Formats: sequence, structure tokens, C-alpha cells
Amino acid sequence: MATVQFKGIVKKFGDNLVLNGVDVDIKDHEFVVIVGPSGCGKTTLLRMLAGLEEVTDGEIFIDNLLVNELHPSKREIAMVFQDYALYPHMTVEENMNFALRLRKMAKTEILSRVTEAANILQLGKFLKRMPKQLSGGQRQRVAIGRAIVRKPKVFLFDEPLSNLDAKLREEMRVEIAKLYQRLNATIIYVTHDQVEAMTLAGRIVIMNHGIVQQVGSPIEVYRKPVNLFVAGFIGSPTMNFLSGRLSIADGVAVFSNESLTLPIPAFVLPQKEAADGREVVLGIRPDDVMVERPGGEKCSGKIDGVLEVCELLGHRENLYLKVGGQRLLATVEAFFNRSPGSAVSLCFNYQNMHVFDKTTERRISE
Amino acid sequence: MSAAAKRKRINHLLIHAGLICFAAACVYPLLRIFSVSLRPGDKLFSTDLSLIPAGATFISYARLLGDTMFLRWLWNSLIITLATSFIGVSLASTAAYAFSRFRFPGKKAGMILLLSSQMIPAGMLILPLFLMIMKLKLMNTYLGMIIAYSVSSLPFSIWILKGYYDTIPRSLEEAALVDGTSQVGAFWRIILPLTTPALSIAFLFNFTTAWNEYLVARVVLFSAKQYTWTLGLFELQGQYITQWGMFAAGSMLVTIPVLCVFLYSSKWLISGLTLGSVKG
Repeated sequence: MATVQFKGIVKKFGDNLVLNGVDVDIKDHEFVVIVGPSGCGKTTLLRMLAGLEEVTDGEIFIDNLLVNELHPSKREIAMVFQDYALYPHMTVEENMNFALRLRKMAKTEILSRVTEAANILQLGKFLKRMPKQLSGGQRQRVAIGRAIVRKPKVFLFDEPLSNLDAKLREEMRVEIAKLYQRLNATIIYVTHDQVEAMTLAGRIVIMNHGIVQQVGSPIEVYRKPVNLFVAGFIGSPTMNFLSGRLSIADGVAVFSNESLTLPIPAFVLPQKEAADGREVVLGIRPDDVMVERPGGEKCSGKIDGVLEVCELLGHRENLYLKVGGQRLLATVEAFFNRSPGSAVSLCFNYQNMHVFDKTTERRISE
Repeated sequence: MSAAAKRKRINHLLIHAGLICFAAACVYPLLRIFSVSLRPGDKLFSTDLSLIPAGATFISYARLLGDTMFLRWLWNSLIITLATSFIGVSLASTAAYAFSRFRFPGKKAGMILLLSSQMIPAGMLILPLFLMIMKLKLMNTYLGMIIAYSVSSLPFSIWILKGYYDTIPRSLEEAALVDGTSQVGAFWRIILPLTTPALSIAFLFNFTTAWNEYLVARVVLFSAKQYTWTLGLFELQGQYITQWGMFAAGSMLVTIPVLCVFLYSSKWLISGLTLGSVKG
């Protein structure tokens, strides 16, 4: 297995700047997920690593070897494509051993590698079938098998689950996680689905507009998003954002807007950031909005609101609330049992509150 | 039977009746020629409509094969046609791949130029082709004919193949590149096998065009030994008499190679015509 380094990667298509100075270090045996909205440049970055796109500027290293000018076949990588890219005129077995045949590997070795991969992926009985005779999930497994047999230094996955239905996607996600535990390989996985990113990654690289926004473990990027974009992108349902202004009253920072006024504890916002009159955005995840219910959660420092819509999701329930002119989403235990339009009391879990500067969009809370 | 089912049945009957009429109109000339080729010499202008005429004989076939250079003409046609088809398809497959996959200056203009060359009437190309082949000193040669036929059918083949390549996902080549092939290797091992339907269509087009061509052959070939069958059969037409029996027998025989090629490639042809018409 191998390390991968992107140093100051720039990519332009004509005048269109797609990647603007990407620096990422990926360690040996690491499972890194590159995540971001469509058009953020994540797939382009992966394709550049695979050698399928030219690098406009910057350097890419695989195992400390500069690979900018190296042919894809010489990079010792294997890639699983979004549309599987199985060769339609070859059987599953031929698809899997194609790369090995090209290298003129001994037939016994080819057979042993294909059999091993087929056993791992439960493809044994499909080896003689053509790709068109397989289901979406089976095709996906063949595409992964084709990568496994090569024993590459780095595995690249380009949105491999995006063509599958929700149930199959969940199953395959678990399969890929198991596969990683078994292979312990360096894997770079591109997706726009933040659930995949959170569940699979050892580290997540979050990208937007061709720039890396944050690199960190799933829990880091969830708990400590460095800016508004990351805060809004990671986590489902999306974080609540409240725009307002800070003021200092008796040495305590107070957030206020036309709908509500909240004291911000010192453990949330350091003294040096709490400037009087500073425009800020508060970020509160729906899980951290607590709604008072009989025999349930009790709130101190209540805020009055109105319940607009309830969405029962099974064991959880989404409550769409209105506080003054401000809309908020709270996710609570199921069966809230209140009708839309009823008055509710709510409060926030300050432990997980985020404060961002409105102008720079950077995080200023602890 | 319900009224709707009855109406459906009548519709089917009407459609099939129409199709049978069209099929008969297509087959009738062929049957007439077959009938003429079997007639004895004294009944060539008979108005008898029977498929097998009274006194049917293969004498016209025997005379055609024995007394004329028909087999030689057939051989010449076969060599020129096969060479034209293979060269034409080889050149078109690579040129179309470049047009489909690579970005280069003049790509769009090149495609339009190729298309517009198809709009020039064949007769207008005779003189430039004649001058070109004469300057290359290839008059009355197989090579001269092969060059003339290949270049004239190339644009159509390129358009057909380019359109087909466009439907093949690029990720297949990219997967092949990552797997270890070169760009040429990806074309040869992955793209070309997938293009068989379109290659068959291009091959058939080249084959039938070259096989049936008369005008260019008339200009380039001048010795009877080098004639293709189209020129050869014309030799049977004299100033005062036309040997219709042998003419018909020759016409029947020349359909055999085309028929064989069509039958052999029919499954590719059908899938090729329908492929790409629907997404996925």
C-alpha cells in the first residue's frame, strides 16, 4: 500500500478554474473520503490521481514518486467507476482478469487471484456470466473485484454507489467497509453523499468550489466545522443557522436578532472573539434543539415557539418550528403528539453550539 | 370476439396484405430475371409469366461461364470489393475514433467537410478521380480502383462509425487505461469489439457500393481482362443483338456474393441499425 500527496494542485478547463491549490496528504492504509457538492472538483482530483486528467499545476506523489507524467497503467492504482465501466463483451471472469492478462501473469496466479476476489465478493457463481446478465449490485461487486485482483497500491472509488437504490446502497456501503477492514488498503473514495462519507471514512476531505474546506475525522468535521459551508454540508438534517449580532452585557456575550436573544456562555465563545456589535451566525444542529414535552425534557432559559409541521421518521421525529420570524428544525424522540399550530417551549444544547463570523464565514467558537 | 379485437385483427390483415404486396414488388424483378436466365435461346422474348419456363435450361449459365471471361470479371470484382471494404472500414474506424474522442483544431469543420462531400453527385467526381488515378499511373489496375472506391465511401463510413463511438462510454477506455492498456490498446481490445454492429454496416455499405459500381470502372479500366462484372456484363450487349439469356444468368450469379455477405452479417446489421436509437 502507499501514501498519496497532492501539492498545490490546480486544474483549469480552458478559463474555468476547477481546482485551486489543493493540498492533501493521505497516509498509508488510510480510508479517505473526498466529499462535496456536484461540480466542486472532487472527481477531477481523483481522475488526476488516476492519470485520466492532466495536472495544470502542482504535484501528485504516490509513495513519494512524482506521478504527474506517469501513464495510468504505471501508477499501480485501481479505480472503480461511477458507471462500473465493465467491458460488455467480456464475462465477469474476463473482466476481472483483464489487467492480469495484460501483464502476462501466470495462469495459475490469475486463477488464484480471481477465485480469491470472487469468494470475498460472493461472485463465484457469476464468473461465466456477461455483465448485462447481472443486477446493479452484482455489477458493482464485479467492478470492485476487478480492482481487488490487481492488488494495487491505492484504490480509487468514484461515487461507486450513486447508481444503486437506497437499500442496495446501504448494503454495499457495509460491504465496502468490511472490504477495507479485510484489505487494509489505502482507499480514496469520492462521493457527494455525506452519509457515505461519515460512515466509511477514516478522514474526510470536504471540498467546495475547487478548494479544500476542511480535512479531519468524521466526528471532527461534524463537531468542529471550520466554516459555514462545512457546518451546512455535513450532518443530516442540516444545521439550523441564526443570523444576528453580538453584544456584551455584564461581561457576557449576548446574541440577538429580531426573533430571539440568547446569552452565549464563555465555554462556547472565547472572550477575544466576543466583540460588541460583531455580526455572527449561530449554528445549532436539529439534535441540539430540545423541545419541552410533558414527562420529558425540561428546558432552562425557555424560548417560546410555534410548531408548524411534524415529520415522523420512525424512531425520530422532525419538528419544524417558528420562533418569532425565525424558522428552526428540531429532531426529537418519536411521538411528540402535538398538533401543528400549538405553542412549544424549546432551548438549545450549548455544548454543541457553533458560532461563525458572518463576514468571513469562519468558525469563531471553541 | 369483441368489436375491438375484431378491428385489431382486420388492421393486422390489412397491414400484412400491404406488406405482402410490397414484398412481391421487390421480389418480382428477381424472379423474372431468374425465369429469363432459364429460357432456351428461341424463347427470350416470350410473354409467358411462369417462373420455370417451358423447356427450361441452364445453357445460358453454361455459355456465360464457358464462352466469356465472366469468372475472371467476378474474380476482379471480388478482389476490388473486398480490398475496398477492408481498407475503407480500417481507415474509417480509426478516423472516426479520432473524431469521436479527441479534441483538435478543425474537428468540426472536418466533419462538415466530410458530410458535404456526400452531397456532390457521383458524376462530378469522375473527372477528378480519372485525373488523380492517371497521374498516379494506376489506370487499368486493381489498386487504382481500390483507391477510387475507398476514398469515395470513406466519409459515409466515418459518419456512421463516429456516431456509434459517441454512444460508447469513455469510462470503458479509461478503465482499460487504468488496467494497463495504451490508448491504441484500449481502442483495439475494448472499443473495436464493441463497434462490430457499426463496422458491419460500414463494411456492407462499402461492399455493395464497390460491387455494383459501374461509372468509375468504365473510366479507369479499359482491358477486358481487368473488367469488373458490371463492365463485363455490358460486353454482352452488342450493337444489333443483346444476349439476354447470358445477361440474366450473369445478373443472377452476381447476387450470390452480396446475398452471402448480407445473410452472414444480418444479425449484426439489425442490431446495428437499432443500437443507439434508445438510451441505455
